Amino acid sequence: MAKILMKGNEAVAKAAIEAGCRYFFGYPITPQNEIPEYMAKELPKIGGVFLQAESEVSAINMIYGGAGTGARVMTSSSSPGIALKQEGITYIAGAELPCVIVNMMRGGPGLGGIQPSQADYFMSTRGGGNGDYRTPVFAPASIQEAVDMTMEAFDVADYYRTPVMVVADGMIGQMMEPVEFKTPKKRELPAKDWATTGTKGERKPNIINSLFLDPQELEDHNIKLDAKYAQIEKNEVQYEMYKAEDAELVFVAYGTTSRIVKNVVEELRAEGVKAGLIRPKTIWPFPFKAFDEIPAAKNLLTVEMSMGQMIEDVKMASNGRWPVSFYGRVGGMIPTPQGIKGKALEVIGGAK
Amino acid sequence: MAVVFKKTQGLTDAQTHYCPGCTHGIIHRITAEVLEELGVLGDTIGVAPVGCAVLAYNYFNCDMHEAAHGRAPAVATGVKRIFPDKVVFTYQGDGDLASIGAAEIVHAAARGEKITTIFVNNAIYGMTGGQMAPTTLPGQKATTSPYGRDVDHCGYPIRVSEMLSTLTGAAFVERVAVNNPANVRKAKAAIKKAFQAQIEGKGFGIVEVLSTCPTNWGLHPLDSLKWLEENMMPYYPLGNFRDPAKEEEGK
Repeated sequence: MAKILMKGNEAVAKAAIEAGCRYFFGYPITPQNEIPEYMAKELPKIGGVFLQAESEVSAINMIYGGAGTGARVMTSSSSPGIALKQEGITYIAGAELPCVIVNMMRGGPGLGGIQPSQADYFMSTRGGGNGDYRTPVFAPASIQEAVDMTMEAFDVADYYRTPVMVVADGMIGQMMEPVEFKTPKKRELPAKDWATTGTKGERKPNIINSLFLDPQELEDHNIKLDAKYAQIEKNEVQYEMYKAEDAELVFVAYGTTSRIVKNVVEELRAEGVKAGLIRPKTIWPFPFKAFDEIPAAKNLLTVEMSMGQMIEDVKMASNGRWPVSFYGRVGGMIPTPQGIKGKALEVIGGAK
Repeated sequence: MAVVFKKTQGLTDAQTHYCPGCTHGIIHRITAEVLEELGVLGDTIGVAPVGCAVLAYNYFNCDMHEAAHGRAPAVATGVKRIFPDKVVFTYQGDGDLASIGAAEIVHAAARGEKITTIFVNNAIYGMTGGQMAPTTLPGQKATTSPYGRDVDHCGYPIRVSEMLSTLTGAAFVERVAVNNPANVRKAKAAIKKAFQAQIEGKGFGIVEVLSTCPTNWGLHPLDSLKWLEENMMPYYPLGNFRDPAKEEEGK
């Protein structure tokens, strides 16, 4: 299939449809509105349903109901909207239902702004809602990757019976790039015999539920979920090593920020500085093992569009092996190559 | 020997957790009987609320989905939009439906969502221990209105049926009570009509059932029935507010 030029948000919506998603429940919020708009236009043509809910809370609960039927369902939003959806996401995680949630991040806290941000790292990777749970989180750095990851997200969701997030930022949502819609590598997926499809009088009722009043039952449920998350951590980590193998200064950045950092790596290399990049493609599970592949490293420099959130995982990955520094811009301010390079030179100087 | 009465297939054999004298058991039974009589149990997906009926998913003998507080109409919407030919219902109390879930029920009704809601109004929060509900009557004591509900302080009870019946998408709206056998029969008839309206694709249907809470009202079950008649019925008059069958006749 030939490449076509598409806006990020629309490409994500098309990718979901290509992956078999026929039901989308959402609520408008900038900068991701092209996703529901695309769904509203395209889904009715193929026998699917787009429905605009009265709120993000309602939309995620429609997803909860829809996921219970076994259908492939998706919702999308941006930061304050995702905050509202956290109620539903913890129920979906607790009831072990598959669905895909897209977050085109904007600045916060509160209403914040509408420009790109990466300040939802904690909210995405730490559970977000109440209780002990995790959600696999894909962090695309290009529109092609957003497409590929959205498709894969549906399989990961079905395979593990879990909500899966695709977390990008307003930049990825709003820019245009050529993309190709490739058939993703198919996983063998388990049957959805747990779904509420009507008993037809032929089987015992199926119950979708996250309530366990007996403390022992709830502990057992949490242990079961934890074992599932351990499997995801073992099997689903994705990352890119960019000239990191011999790097003395190792950047850590994901999404849009990683693209800017790659330019800085090139500039520094041209000036004789051995720089490289670890780019998490999944931010949960976090690629801790990538840090075993940087034998020459002397310094780590985390770059984020936040005041410093992923840096906590980087420090855990470092575990005292290297000094970890941070450079970030927030509020919709995009880190510039000059700003990142200035911090890099400061870090190297400080290490001498 | 001829069998003159047997338990409905619409309920499982699970023992319910409801307090002695509570009318949830009656409302469960008539709802289940209606589903059985309509022959739709195998095609029904129910949505249970948060509150006293939180365990309803263990009692109805059909596929069930537990929802977060107030969100049952949204969950039911997700199910119904994927399975337009299935019968989808929510079972909700007054705290769940009229307080935290007010937006969800209003918009499900406004959309004409083809689901049926059984709305159990006992004018108090039961499961959480007797706090004030949006339906608690003026002057009524609750643990969070210990001096009686003061309307100057916290406003007036919501008449849900009257409110929803102003919405064009609400096809069937009726308020019933389960305080005596005659009213139980009327309640069952209303629930049946609400489900029929859904099956015929007419739109959203809700049956508000005035119910008792002897435990949190601090009354004997029989006195609770009397309290319901003397206090709730005057504020929440029984009757039909919307019925697609009647409206077609009137055309």
